[in-house]
Amino acid sequence: MDFVVSQILTGLSLSSILLLVALGLAIIYGVTGVINLAHGEFVMLGAYCAWLLQSQLGWSLLASLAVIFLLIAALGWLIEVAVIRHLYDRPLDTILATWGLGVMTQQIVRLTAGGELRYVQMPPSLSGSVDILGATDSAYRLFVLAVALGLFLATWCIYRYTSFGLKLRAITQNRAIASSFGINSARAYRLTFAYGAGIAGLAGALISPLKSVSPEMGTTYVVDAFMVVVLGGVQSLVGTLASSAVLGETSGLLAYYSNDTIAKALVLVAIVIIIRFRPQGLFAPRVRA
Amino acid sequence: MSLVGFPHIWSKNSSLAFAQDGEIKVGVLFSLTGTTAIIEESLNKATLMAIEEINANGGINGLKITPVVEDPASDPATFAEKARKLVLSDRCVSVFGSYTSASRKAVLPVFEKQENLFWYPTLYEGRECSKNVIYTGAVPNQQQDDFIPWLVEKFGKRWYLIGSNYIYPKEENNYCKKLLEGLGAEVIAEEYVPLGHSEFSSVINKFRSEKPNVIFSTVVGDSVVALHRQYRAAGLDPATMPMASLTTSENEVAAMGGDAAAGHFTSAPYFMVFDSPENQRFVEAYRSRWGGDKVTHFVSESAYFQIHLFKQAVAKLAASDIGPLAIREAVKGEEYKAPQGLVKVEPENLHCWLRPKIGQCKPDGQFEILTQSADWLEPNPYSAYPNQKCTAEGLKEV
Repeated sequence: MDFVVSQILTGLSLSSILLLVALGLAIIYGVTGVINLAHGEFVMLGAYCAWLLQSQLGWSLLASLAVIFLLIAALGWLIEVAVIRHLYDRPLDTILATWGLGVMTQQIVRLTAGGELRYVQMPPSLSGSVDILGATDSAYRLFVLAVALGLFLATWCIYRYTSFGLKLRAITQNRAIASSFGINSARAYRLTFAYGAGIAGLAGALISPLKSVSPEMGTTYVVDAFMVVVLGGVQSLVGTLASSAVLGETSGLLAYYSNDTIAKALVLVAIVIIIRFRPQGLFAPRVRA
Repeated sequence: MSLVGFPHIWSKNSSLAFAQDGEIKVGVLFSLTGTTAIIEESLNKATLMAIEEINANGGINGLKITPVVEDPASDPATFAEKARKLVLSDRCVSVFGSYTSASRKAVLPVFEKQENLFWYPTLYEGRECSKNVIYTGAVPNQQQDDFIPWLVEKFGKRWYLIGSNYIYPKEENNYCKKLLEGLGAEVIAEEYVPLGHSEFSSVINKFRSEKPNVIFSTVVGDSVVALHRQYRAAGLDPATMPMASLTTSENEVAAMGGDAAAGHFTSAPYFMVFDSPENQRFVEAYRSRWGGDKVTHFVSESAYFQIHLFKQAVAKLAASDIGPLAIREAVKGEEYKAPQGLVKVEPENLHCWLRPKIGQCKPDGQFEILTQSADWLEPNPYSAYPNQKCTAEGLKEV
């Protein structure tokens, strides 16, 4: 029994990290159609902010979360204004531009903060472990799970129940017609990009106590995030949730019975097969074309 | 230099002496950019510091050592290209450099073809026998012969082997399994994670359910930081299930934080806290040269002492005889009082006799040295392969 519980918890922990990293990407990609290859760098910058605030100003991680969200969101806003908005409807150019931004960000961080690996101290109140139904899990991992679900819920509510969310859904379906009804799509895009960046920054800050913080850390997360979004279905938030849960639990289970190398390979193979037969992903919004 | 107007490469190499105009050129080949720059930068610093020390004390028989520093950018192909440049165009008499096995393998053909000499400071997996490389880091038998029995006796016989998925961990584990078999201990799992892997929750789950006595970790790079931090977050206890490593030095501990490393064990020929007059001098010099917060570790110590071995070898030669092969012959059997204690170059396989120590990490990021091997240990790069032996004539089947 405790084995089953601890296996489920492990999978949930993997899923929560995937969800955190993919959520921002899913929002940006889903609404604006921008393939943001600099997404991993937003994650990395979030982690560096956490490290900086902790080592220079002595802030605890929990206290700095809101600040980090705002800082990275502001950065996302600036990038949208300076670069991205000139490139909508030019998918190839946005891929190149965001990739270039990512490389530049990595090097800027390397030059200013140094190339050393860094770490962020876990909040003392969460550094213990908790017993759940006979299984032990790290309190911090459960906290990350709760935050990931909370963020998802908040995003979903904005999307579903606010007038801003309604406008977003309208733009997603057809930008030209939404604009002709008086929706300011440029502003909506800008806010979406900033929000997605902020969430990525938050993800970076939250995973920083469990991982190492380095200028290159973002590259692995951007791959994971795209896997989740592609599998879940591009314009579906629920799809993102479901596919992080499926990917997390599956890779946790495979890694337990074989090892992480094989788990990673098998999961990738499964994704290739699934999108071969369901190119729109697991959850595709039903839209009348 | 004498043939004005001709590209240098056209002049006959043999007509030029390596020691010219009161200086001898050596190559320094450590990555200053790219993924392994963090650690290689410290090796570059230790190398340059040793060269400066020797030059400040009058050089080698009046000859100044001139370092030619190149940045191979953590890329094996660039390593090979820069090595060729240092050997052919700069005419360096030796090159000191590289950290990863991949980069060493990339430069090896250059030194073997040009009959030059490469000095490699890193501990590595062994199973290499080149007449053109001086290896000053440890090989598996030197780090494991004392370490494994000590851990079995202290903690028990159920071992979990976890490593990064490439050649180094597999070779170390080959030797470790051999030792464990001789001790009647049991390997309950041998597992490899991809390089750069940072999610260890499944692995930690297995630690929990398998309850090994010792976790033998050959996980390297940023993965090692993630493994230690997640081990600690999971609430596992180093007192009953310690991780034993051959690569976790002061440098890695600084990256993961002393709290995450505390209680785990490392075997190495050198620790920063080692108490010897030579080490005190080394640490003080390093910190006053490069900054008071810098740490020294067992690879930077090798990078430092190998320059002094080079100096001793060159000092035995007449200026006109100085050349890579003459230096190789002169360094055979050479001894030097390094920060870790007395070291010696084994004439047969050009690896070094070293004195391994077992350290336990403390929360302040330094190690406490628990034991030291009674005598220096002979290097045997083929320790896991008893029917092969590296000799001065090359690899022999026995």
